[in-house]
Amino acid sequence: MLLMFFTERAYHAVPEEEIFKLRSFFGVPNKLFDPAKGAQLLNEYIDEKVLCDELGFDAVMLNEHHGTPFCMGAVMDVEASILARVTKHVKITLLGNPTPVVANPLRLAEELSMIDMISGGRLVSGFIRGAGSEQLFNNANPAFNREYFDEAHDLILAIWTRPGPFRWEGKHFHYRFINPWVLPLQKPHPPIWIPGLISVETVIWAAQHGYPYIALATMLKPTLELFNVYAKTAAEKGYQAGPENFGYLQPVVVAETDEKAYELGKCFMFGGGFSHFARPEWMFPPGYNSKDATRRLASQAANPNLPSSPFQRDPANDEEVRELKRALYASYDEWHKQGQVVSGSPKTVVKKLRHILEVLRPGIFSFWLDGPLPLQDRRTCVRLIGTEVLPELRGIGKELGLEDPFTRAPGSVHLNGRQHQPVGNADLLDPSTLSS
Amino acid sequence: MAEDWTEEKVRVGETELCVLKGGQGRPLLYLHGELGFEGWCKWHTELARKRTLLVPLHPGFGRSQAADWIMDMRDLAAFYTRFVREQGLAPVDLAGFSLGGWIAAEMAAANSAQLHKMILVGAAGLRPPQGEIMDMYTVTARRFLGRNVHDPEHTPEFATIYGGSPEQTAQQAATQWEAFEDARAATARIAWKPYMFTQSMSHLLDNVTGLPTLIVWGRQDNVVPLAAGQLYRDKIAGSRLVEFDHCGHMPMIEKSDEFIRAVMDFLD
Repeated sequence: MLLMFFTERAYHAVPEEEIFKLRSFFGVPNKLFDPAKGAQLLNEYIDEKVLCDELGFDAVMLNEHHGTPFCMGAVMDVEASILARVTKHVKITLLGNPTPVVANPLRLAEELSMIDMISGGRLVSGFIRGAGSEQLFNNANPAFNREYFDEAHDLILAIWTRPGPFRWEGKHFHYRFINPWVLPLQKPHPPIWIPGLISVETVIWAAQHGYPYIALATMLKPTLELFNVYAKTAAEKGYQAGPENFGYLQPVVVAETDEKAYELGKCFMFGGGFSHFARPEWMFPPGYNSKDATRRLASQAANPNLPSSPFQRDPANDEEVRELKRALYASYDEWHKQGQVVSGSPKTVVKKLRHILEVLRPGIFSFWLDGPLPLQDRRTCVRLIGTEVLPELRGIGKELGLEDPFTRAPGSVHLNGRQHQPVGNADLLDPSTLSS
Repeated sequence: MAEDWTEEKVRVGETELCVLKGGQGRPLLYLHGELGFEGWCKWHTELARKRTLLVPLHPGFGRSQAADWIMDMRDLAAFYTRFVREQGLAPVDLAGFSLGGWIAAEMAAANSAQLHKMILVGAAGLRPPQGEIMDMYTVTARRFLGRNVHDPEHTPEFATIYGGSPEQTAQQAATQWEAFEDARAATARIAWKPYMFTQSMSHLLDNVTGLPTLIVWGRQDNVVPLAAGQLYRDKIAGSRLVEFDHCGHMPMIEKSDEFIRAVMDFLD
């Protein structure tokens, strides 16, 4: 089992009310950004990942968002480049590069190759379509988002594996002379993992390519359903999906006591948390979703993944902003009960995480720490995970047979005509286990 | 309101186009805007007394098939050029609203001989010399629609366009929401960048000759600024601009009577 650490590199120095006013992190005016504060935070986040390396985590995970205090890692390859040099052991996992948004697959292939070389072959690459709001921010036509994604993937793989020089005349990308003098150290190319929220199309695509799918903190039941969509697709491709094909990201806060950790867990709700990532009209720009997904959205709530904002309209004045904030924080206990944040002392957290591992059976598990925690509490959290939680989880991983993509190659268990087995353990789906 | 129109399927190349047809007399081809066809209004009914109205739903807009190869406005204008030729409509009277006005202007710039008379209503397609074309992608379709009229309170038809109705069911609302999403996506394919105009349009319009053109604009147009209408007038030789005061982007419903009269006079 592979154990990983993740944090959005959030900018919490923004007045929280500004986010509630918009009901969106995306779109908060950047006059509220102080680069000196940003510089301090970015360095703290890098130090935190170095600490993870020293504590024995297997991997650190980066992501990328644009135009939002939710995450300052707008160009995560910059951070990954630094980590490639200053860390020693951890896999540097990028989940993922938003290829339609970056819109230059050749440049991206070169950057990733350099990161892989400098790190000594520790890069895990990942590709995403980019959040809806980022199509607006980068002026990437959302109507071609899926086509950009597919073609960029094929092109990057070609760049990494096909001897140059060669020419690429695609539908959206055109290069007359591909012959980069930087190539990945890992052969044939770095591992590719695909993160996702709710897109069934992405799950199917990942399964068809045999890429591990990393569920980003989605609720257990829909996550397990998606894993089984993956497993079914895998069976059609002739292999049995197992723990090596799946990863799970889970918000976790650890402190010396359950009470303190519970309090710190509230930090995840800063600004409304992910339910205020961006306004729905920015989350789902035109053509970004498939026709089927649009039809699903037309008749159901936008995101089954998280509790929606308590307000269905914009707050009209300061009083309503305060009320929105109050209502949101008042829902913390419910959030917590549903396992949207797992908190506690190391002992408590191990117990709760065991449940998640038993249900989903992922070979990759990532801790997600976020919110405006005091630096000292953040460091304590990471240290406690590293020294007290990781060893326990490794034992559980062994006991449950949770192979990861490095101990068993995804797609290597051939069915040879046999019926495939469902993955995970749906019988254990009882969220009350998580609240204790 | 009488909805005496029928729906036909017309094949253009590999694409099956849905065409609404109503009325009698010389054909008038109407190209709808970026939110899709607004629904059969009073002005359609009035014009249909003397004209056969042809309203194709653009490729990818709901009931018309999408065409994968159509990736910019030139492609779409060329598609309609073929439609006009194959349907034996040339030289045809052509009207276009907003996005549809842009298609019409592209068709005229490419081959004005294919057209008989042209009507541009709040047409996109030109970079406005002052102001910007409002970006509908920063807001919801409904909110954008709200910006399309200057005074919704005094525009009775505003409540009923795009499937609007006080008795609307949840199912109808979902269906219309989906139609808006189709329209917004199909528009994004061809109009995303630069948003809603052709960089070279003001030069292309020099190629429009001998085409009687009526340009209709609301002075309080919040979507495509009046300055764009004035530039269309300056660029299209012999064209006439009719401006309505206290009127937004949709004079055909906001100044319905005046609009119908101006168009009738022009077409007669």
